Amino acid sequence: MKRILGILGILIAVMVVTGILQPAFLSGYNLSNVTQLSAYFAILSIGVMFVIITGGIDLSIGPVVGLVGCLLPLLIVKYGFHPALAIVLVMGVAALIGTTHGLLITKAKLQPFVVTLCGWLIYRGLARWITGDANQGFGNSFNGLLEISRKKIPLPGDYQVPIPVVYMLIIAVLAAIFLNKTVWGRYLYAIGRNEQAAHFSGINTDRVKLMAYVLCSTIAGFGGVLLAFDLNSMQPSSHGNTYELYAIAAAVLGGCSLRGGEGSVAGVVIGAVLLRVLYSANNMLGIPSTLEYVTIGTVLLAGVLADEGVKWYSQRRKLIQSARKVAA
Amino acid sequence: MGDRRENMVSATSKTTTDATTGPLPDRTNDSPLLLAASQITKEFPGCKALDRVSVSFSPSEIVAILGENGAGKSTLMKILAGVQPPDGGELLVDGQPVVFRDVRDAIEHGIVLIHQELNLAENLSIGANLFLGREPTRWGFIDQKTIRRLSRELLERVGLNYTPETIVGELSTGQQQLVEIAKALSIQARVLIMDEPTASLSQYETELLYGVVRKLKADGVCVIYISHRLSEIQELADRVVVLRDGQYVGEISRAEMTREKMVSMMIGRSLTSGIERHSHTPGPEVFRVKDLVTTAFPEARNSFSLKAGEIVGMAGLVGAGRTELLRAVFGIDRPLAGEIFCDSKLVRISSPRAAMHLGMALVPEDRKGEGLVLEMSVRHNHTLATLARQASLGVFINAAQEVTDSQRMITALRTKTASDQLAVQFLSGGNQQKVVIGKWLLSNPKILLLDEPTRGVDVGAKQEIYRIMEELAGQGLSLLFVSSDLEEVIRMSDRVLVMHEGKITGELSRQQLSETAIMALATGGALS
Repeated sequence: MKRILGILGILIAVMVVTGILQPAFLSGYNLSNVTQLSAYFAILSIGVMFVIITGGIDLSIGPVVGLVGCLLPLLIVKYGFHPALAIVLVMGVAALIGTTHGLLITKAKLQPFVVTLCGWLIYRGLARWITGDANQGFGNSFNGLLEISRKKIPLPGDYQVPIPVVYMLIIAVLAAIFLNKTVWGRYLYAIGRNEQAAHFSGINTDRVKLMAYVLCSTIAGFGGVLLAFDLNSMQPSSHGNTYELYAIAAAVLGGCSLRGGEGSVAGVVIGAVLLRVLYSANNMLGIPSTLEYVTIGTVLLAGVLADEGVKWYSQRRKLIQSARKVAA
Repeated sequence: MGDRRENMVSATSKTTTDATTGPLPDRTNDSPLLLAASQITKEFPGCKALDRVSVSFSPSEIVAILGENGAGKSTLMKILAGVQPPDGGELLVDGQPVVFRDVRDAIEHGIVLIHQELNLAENLSIGANLFLGREPTRWGFIDQKTIRRLSRELLERVGLNYTPETIVGELSTGQQQLVEIAKALSIQARVLIMDEPTASLSQYETELLYGVVRKLKADGVCVIYISHRLSEIQELADRVVVLRDGQYVGEISRAEMTREKMVSMMIGRSLTSGIERHSHTPGPEVFRVKDLVTTAFPEARNSFSLKAGEIVGMAGLVGAGRTELLRAVFGIDRPLAGEIFCDSKLVRISSPRAAMHLGMALVPEDRKGEGLVLEMSVRHNHTLATLARQASLGVFINAAQEVTDSQRMITALRTKTASDQLAVQFLSGGNQQKVVIGKWLLSNPKILLLDEPTRGVDVGAKQEIYRIMEELAGQGLSLLFVSSDLEEVIRMSDRVLVMHEGKITGELSRQQLSETAIMALATGGALS
């Protein structure tokens, strides 16, 4: 909880400071833009959070977004699939990818880093091969379909809520219920903390981990569908590049530990928003765009460092208190 | 049974008094003293590992250190080798008092300890390992030629027929042990200390090691080693030093080295009174294991059965294969062969989950690594195994039920915790163990397996755990508990299975139970 408040504080501070220095940052247009992009990244981050809680990692999110983004227009435009069927199919591909990861990790006992690194290469390559490396899009004849991602709900003034924010909130609420109210959620945390104890307690740890990878890739697939309708122009060789790193960064910033067993949906969503806000602030404040990564990297590092500091301090305080109790 | 115990106590009480009153054993007439420990004391939180222990060692002798688990053997060896400093007493080398600040200090005086877990870099060659950290150099580069030459000499001395270029990982455990000895020789060891050197060796490798040890003795080296194998000690040692409960009990010279004498000196403490298990008429058989073979001991077949309302103890020395047997039964490790019957029905237990569904539960040996999720709360640990069973629609956690279940266990087992929301890592060992037991009791097991249930638990909590075990048996559960604490095994068991080197070597009924009988079976002997 402290962690969430801390990162929320940073988010608000960055927004206020940027808003004062550059009022255009708080304009309806910019905020709509920032929230829309935040929503996509928050969705991807929620997905990878499940895997990170088990102590694993998924590096293949970007290429999954890329593959889905290229397959979808291919199926709809070139092969004339009904859009609904096409969406189900590409999400199925994503789920299959997650299943493969999960099986390789739990049954073949391969390391998650290695499995998903290989996935990263394979899905990127597949996207390029299937499309003949040609730019993919829906053209101008599917504008109704594009509204799935582009629709905006108007608010008073020139403010509006982009529809992906609504999807993201629904996913976030479902994910939070899943993590906190279901048996599976409890198992995820238990496995992340001590897989052996969980296994010895009669939990089918392999199945729970498999589920985490399926969720991660499927959610990445959904994010990929939304991004495809929004962008309407996908380069097979680069669409979705580095998205996995943003997703992991947001999860870590939001309180996930790569050691596993920690993380909350609220933290991860705020983390994802903070990354996009920093990106936008960097632009609006006229900081050279070449320094973008430097800004984000530094904030991430500072956040993790501060967290360790707080943990160390509170642990030490606890020890001192218990030492006093013993002495008394 | 009563007479036997009395005899045992009287036979050994004499030696105990000798030991505590006697000063440094006077051996200067025989040969010069090489290494001596005088009145060494070492305390750990909650226990006195060594209490004024005095021993001395001369060149060209082989001394075995004998004692039960927890007698203080390893601690004494560590102090002699500078791994740990003593809290009291002093060490003498060549009659001069010395203080070892660390292992290096001890090595400089020619005292080298070879750990039970070998300290070799398995990815490097024999030569590289022999001179790790002190490589001879030439022009600032490692002098491979000198390493090779010196290594060859050393390998010849320990009778290891490999080239210095061989990668250590390719050698068997016994051969690696010889590399460790070669390493000790290369630093001119005068005293070589080995902690259970033959524990993981085959018969052939053991013979090889004996040969090397005898050669070292001929070269004037003093070899001190810990072993649980009495036959091995009889064959090799010139002298046995016996420790018990951190105290020096006495010595046995080669001439008087009988199995009976060693066992009685090792265990001869008087049994403290307390709840003792009264004889019960056990119920019908509920569980049977037939010809089970574990991966750790592929040549041993084991069979046993459990009856309702019965507490069965499983005794044996550390590494006798008891934990491996429990793990195989509970579906953690897949057995190589064998059958398991629950209520006379053949069952397949492929995972702890399957075992749980058959009404089994395991309180594992490693409480922190295998029993608990330390960072999770007492409540969440309690419900970990039964969460799905209580969930609504099989998915949604029944939070109210969680609170009730957890509180029920805290009350029933008298677990001391400030709140059931507290992370279980902040509880004492005994209370942590109660949480593990509570977790399993919530699953209503019929068969409860416990692996060293009172290890690392204080005396008061031990009594509590005994009480809980008694109560559960009274309710008709079958309990099988592994313990290295003989006193506890004798007190709590209706029947005892004894294991030695992976095999159940015997079964003792309550009437046959004595420490002597258990130790005889546990060290590979037969019942007299």
